[in-house]
Amino acid sequence: MDTWALLIAATLNAGTVLAIAALGLLVNERAGVVNLGAEGLMLVAALAGFATAVHTGSDWLAFGAGALAGAALAAVFGVLVIWLNTNQYASGLALSLFGAGFSAFAGIRYTQEKLASRPHFEIPGLADLPFVGPALFRQHPMVYAAMLLSVALAWFLYRSRAGLVLRAVGESPESAHALGYPVRRIRLAAVVVGGALCGVAGAYLSVVYTPLWVEGMVAGKGWIALALTTFATWRPARVLLGAYLFGGVTMLQFQLQGEGVQIPSQLLTMLPYLATVLVLVLISRNPTWIRVNMPASLGKPFFPGS
Amino acid sequence: MTIASKRSLIRLAGWTALAAAAALAGCGKKEEAAAPATAASGTVTKAEPLKVAFAYVGPVGDAGWSYAHDAGRKAVEAEFGDRVQTSFVESVPEGADAERVIRDMVGQGNKLVFGTTFGYMDYMLKVAADSKDVRFEHATGYKTAENMRTYDSRTYEGAYLAGVIAGRMTKTGTLGVVGSVPIPEVIRNINSFTLGAQSVNPKVKTRVVWVNKWFDPPSEGDGAQGLINQGADVLFQNTDSSAVLQTAEKAGKFAFGWDSDMSKFGPNAHLASSVINWGPYYKKAVKDVLDGTWKTGAAWWGVKEGAIDIVSISDKVPAQTKEQIEKVKAGLKDGSFVIWKGPIVSNEGKEVLKKDEVADDKFLTGINFYVKGVEGKVPTGK
Repeated sequence: MDTWALLIAATLNAGTVLAIAALGLLVNERAGVVNLGAEGLMLVAALAGFATAVHTGSDWLAFGAGALAGAALAAVFGVLVIWLNTNQYASGLALSLFGAGFSAFAGIRYTQEKLASRPHFEIPGLADLPFVGPALFRQHPMVYAAMLLSVALAWFLYRSRAGLVLRAVGESPESAHALGYPVRRIRLAAVVVGGALCGVAGAYLSVVYTPLWVEGMVAGKGWIALALTTFATWRPARVLLGAYLFGGVTMLQFQLQGEGVQIPSQLLTMLPYLATVLVLVLISRNPTWIRVNMPASLGKPFFPGS
Repeated sequence: MTIASKRSLIRLAGWTALAAAAALAGCGKKEEAAAPATAASGTVTKAEPLKVAFAYVGPVGDAGWSYAHDAGRKAVEAEFGDRVQTSFVESVPEGADAERVIRDMVGQGNKLVFGTTFGYMDYMLKVAADSKDVRFEHATGYKTAENMRTYDSRTYEGAYLAGVIAGRMTKTGTLGVVGSVPIPEVIRNINSFTLGAQSVNPKVKTRVVWVNKWFDPPSEGDGAQGLINQGADVLFQNTDSSAVLQTAEKAGKFAFGWDSDMSKFGPNAHLASSVINWGPYYKKAVKDVLDGTWKTGAAWWGVKEGAIDIVSISDKVPAQTKEQIEKVKAGLKDGSFVIWKGPIVSNEGKEVLKKDEVADDKFLTGINFYVKGVEGKVPTGK
């Protein structure tokens, strides 16, 4: 019983990194910009967050530094693809590779550093309930923040005027432009917000999840987050569920191994990636389903006045 | 076929033969030139420092495997001073790049080259065949040549010592091991850790998870969390980072340092660090070359030679257990105590060592079973 409660807790924790990053990417994809640089953004932000935590001892400043680093890199990317109309996919890949190299180079001196003792969190009262206490109520505040974020984002996209404008820019930038909306600035804002959220996810990884810095420590989570937005057909609630699903598969494989279940561990290691491909295949087989939600101008540059 | 093309064919054949002859002559010359160089090196070293190079698989800042090797390099510098000149290249991948780096080391005039990971084996062997006047030392491999020998450390002795502490400190009776890659070396360490724990607490059980990488801190941490979820309260790892220790620290459990002293990464969780001192062997290897007594072979050093030790034992460990650790170490040093001595039963109930039978090195290097007390089955990929 207790084992399963702890598995649920670990799943929520593992899914949080993916959820925050994927929700961020959802924002810029809804505005029509694909940012393949997520992995690199998260690496730079993970380093920025870790370095800040080492020097200031504050986790919250670390999240702020991660968000700033992510936003800054995303802004550069945004200017490149929105004003200079460089290819979004190539620019994103370049950003990803740059982020990996730059964080490895700048982070050399932080590989030997350690953070002060990690605080424990629990919700008073609720944390002592049997089963649900250890399963749900002893998490880092960021875990709950990710859940709130998906609700807030759903409300923003479907219930607010600003969200409607954002989606309009993603569906038909020409129409939004004709109505007098500043398409490029809206897209840049979306890209910066997306980058900042990826940055928070990166900082969460290096400050809370695995409190250390090593080169390449994001280990593909940025790519999974990108796949997640497609997997969730650009819906915030589905992004959250998908993130927990992938987090759950990761944790379950160690659970099964420890219990001596006879599945080759190599097979279990590749499960999250296999799940990504499988889901992509499934939703691509149903074009109407995917078209309904996919921003129509996703990945396409916009030239005002053309 | 026209006459012209026939003629060009003959011409081509002629050129080919000439080129082959030239190449052969060239090779012959090279070997002749190499021989006097070897003979002369004995006198040259007195004037010029011996150049020694190290290739590391990870960054020296990994706090684990490569860090420990670099400490060995520094020990060589401290011992021999200006009689040696050492250099290193870090993060050399286990692939064709390794050959390029090692050839470069030879080209720079190094006369003794250390390759510190298993995956360099075949590349070192290739370079060794071309550079007869250079001595090659390869860690953890099994192929040797006239000018290439292997060395390794008995890490399982450190695992056993950690196990003695783990067996005493566990409250749940469940230990957890995060394994890297299921090769005999790692399986031997898991078994030895369990045997050590059973020596003080016969009812102890060990659970194992594999991450299938040597260095992937988030996965190592996830694996550790998985073990904690299943009731393991003392963790041990055969991976290269401090992530397992830090996960234990976060969860309020116990863990060990591996390869180097990791006490600072988990002040509350850290029970002890099982360390490898490469220094003694590196000093011997350099001395062998300086004295001209270097011979090929295979070395496997442990507690006895000072290559393996357990350090920074926590104050939480009872004094009685610390005494026992000292006793085991003394026994390993004078040969009165042997870890792998029968009766030892596998976890499938097979008696692998009969009563009082002592495992030889061949047995130890081929271990592919779990001893009784380890749960699950060795992954075979079948």
